[in-house]
Amino acid sequence: MNLHEYQARDILRRQGIPVPPGDVATTPAEARAIAEPFGGKVVIKAQVHAGGRGKAGGVKLAKTTAEAEAHAKAIIGMTIKGLTVQKVLVAPAAEIASESYVGIILDRSSQRPVLMVSPAGGIDIEEVAAKTPEKIHRLAVDPRYGLLAHQALALGFALYKDVKQARAAADIMQKLYAAVYAVGASLAEINPLVTTADGAVQALDAKIAIDDNELERHPDIAGLRDLTAEAPEEVAAREAGLTFIKLDGSVGCCVNGAGLAMATMDLVKYYGGDPANFLDIGGSSNPQKVVAALRIITSDPRVKVILFNIFGGITRCDDVANGIVQATREFTLKVPIVIRLTGTNDALGVEILRKAGFSALTDMDEAVKQAVGKL
Amino acid sequence: MSAFIDKSTRLVVQGITGRDGSFHAKQMIEYGTQVVAGVTPGKGGQRFENAVPIFNTVAEAVAATQANTSVIYVPAAVAASAIFEAADAGIRLIVCITEGIPVLDMTRVLPFVRERGVRLIGPNCPGLISPDQSKVGIIPGNICKAGKIGVVSRSGTLTYEIIHQLSTHGMGQSTCVGIGGDPLIGTNFIDCLSAFQTDAATTAIVMIGEIGGTDEQQAAEFAKREVKKPIVGFIAGQTAPPGRRMGHAGAIISGSSGTAAEKMAAFEKAGISVMKRPADVVPLLKERL
Repeated sequence: MNLHEYQARDILRRQGIPVPPGDVATTPAEARAIAEPFGGKVVIKAQVHAGGRGKAGGVKLAKTTAEAEAHAKAIIGMTIKGLTVQKVLVAPAAEIASESYVGIILDRSSQRPVLMVSPAGGIDIEEVAAKTPEKIHRLAVDPRYGLLAHQALALGFALYKDVKQARAAADIMQKLYAAVYAVGASLAEINPLVTTADGAVQALDAKIAIDDNELERHPDIAGLRDLTAEAPEEVAAREAGLTFIKLDGSVGCCVNGAGLAMATMDLVKYYGGDPANFLDIGGSSNPQKVVAALRIITSDPRVKVILFNIFGGITRCDDVANGIVQATREFTLKVPIVIRLTGTNDALGVEILRKAGFSALTDMDEAVKQAVGKL
Repeated sequence: MSAFIDKSTRLVVQGITGRDGSFHAKQMIEYGTQVVAGVTPGKGGQRFENAVPIFNTVAEAVAATQANTSVIYVPAAVAASAIFEAADAGIRLIVCITEGIPVLDMTRVLPFVRERGVRLIGPNCPGLISPDQSKVGIIPGNICKAGKIGVVSRSGTLTYEIIHQLSTHGMGQSTCVGIGGDPLIGTNFIDCLSAFQTDAATTAIVMIGEIGGTDEQQAAEFAKREVKKPIVGFIAGQTAPPGRRMGHAGAIISGSSGTAAEKMAAFEKAGISVMKRPADVVPLLKERL
């Protein structure tokens, strides 16, 4: 789950990291009120889960409160990469002397949290990595001891010559590391970490992604989820315990297991079709999950054929068959359906389907070929 | 012969009285696995199915039954703790089926098991099976057939699909291992390739990867240097849009590494035959054997 910039800033602030003032607004009037104490000299930033906000016109500088209100009016409601802006961050425009980058990601290779810092801040770290990799300093942190003071200070000196600033940066790094474990983040970035005209080191912009597996034990963080920032089908799927990702094609896929779901999409493409979605009904699925899955798939008008690919292990084929039959009692399927059932209780599942007037295949390749043939 | 588990495997089931644990413990016993103990705190002294003794702790189970392998079915919130406990009790091979363990928990678990020289398979994996010898986990025994192909995969049901293809065409397996789809896992492709290279019962290897990370690329380089047996490979997620999660937390394409195209190219460069679809596994293996 991605957090908005204003939510990430709040988390950093709670960890004791210096973050410039500012607040979030949902209306132009609110934006104006926040801008007032700063004499209107503020920056207005769209709060959406998309990169390139600046280029899309979602970040604007104001010189007066009236201008702040006008910019907020222009930004709230605009669309950036398909997402409608509902909120803006209003923060004082700071005099920036330098911009750096500080980030912590979980690295699969070293299997540790890796701290990355770079004196080249304010741009995507991927861009720095591609163009000037020598400007990135990395440290794989031993999670048993955490980020040690001398390690952080060495990286602080990689950013600043001034010892006070290096110490301030080191302190921020240690607090950022603590924040990662405190909120269950899979990524935490401060970009840019700035020095102001008076030499202070501050986190100007922050990005935090939360590991979804952490949400159960961090209900406060789970409460930060912004449902308006997600596709409605994906919200419905999550509530039903399904993993769903909307794509652009016309073959609605319903599969058990993420790997098999991806392989099914690939096979659809191989036979000349395009998958409309990724949908994993997960293990030990009950019929209700299948009903929910079919409801979500059929709500997409681009879907011209539905393809079930089930290899029963924990998932029982009779459960899936019952779900399909139950769904057709609750609503009509307007497009053809191709069903492949193999594995646990497959004979039972095929029998349930046969009684309801459906047929089922046992071969994945054949099922995908038939589904694409119905387009 | 086989890799990781065989007839001498003595298994303790952590979470044996839970919904998933009890179901799969029965299946493993039916398959012929030596399930010597179960652990559920508070149920020590009872017996599972009137046969398998249940203990409060893994240490007690090991002391009483000489269990050397553990399989974990406990809920995600306590799964990391279950791995720590098994490693502390002297278990040599821990197989963690549980899905949904926070990645940060794994940053602490992995150094702990490594320091003790313990092998962890998973988490979020289907476990492993050496057909006709032992099954530890949830891979359906009836789709497997004893033979000479070693199978290693990051997926669950996709692994079943491939095993099913092999078995129905008469190609049995030495050992099938599901290493799990999470970003931080205990046993990776290289560990399994190396085990299959050493295992005399394995003559060829099937490797099933997916998008995200660079494990497959590193394994391809390793295979080129160290593995003398033929390998056939598959990568799921060729049509996955960049940057989107596909169920497995590990399947995130970040930056330039981790796309299916990149992994397939790495396979080809290392002399691994690349399947375009699951049904290619048998013809490609026949070509290589």
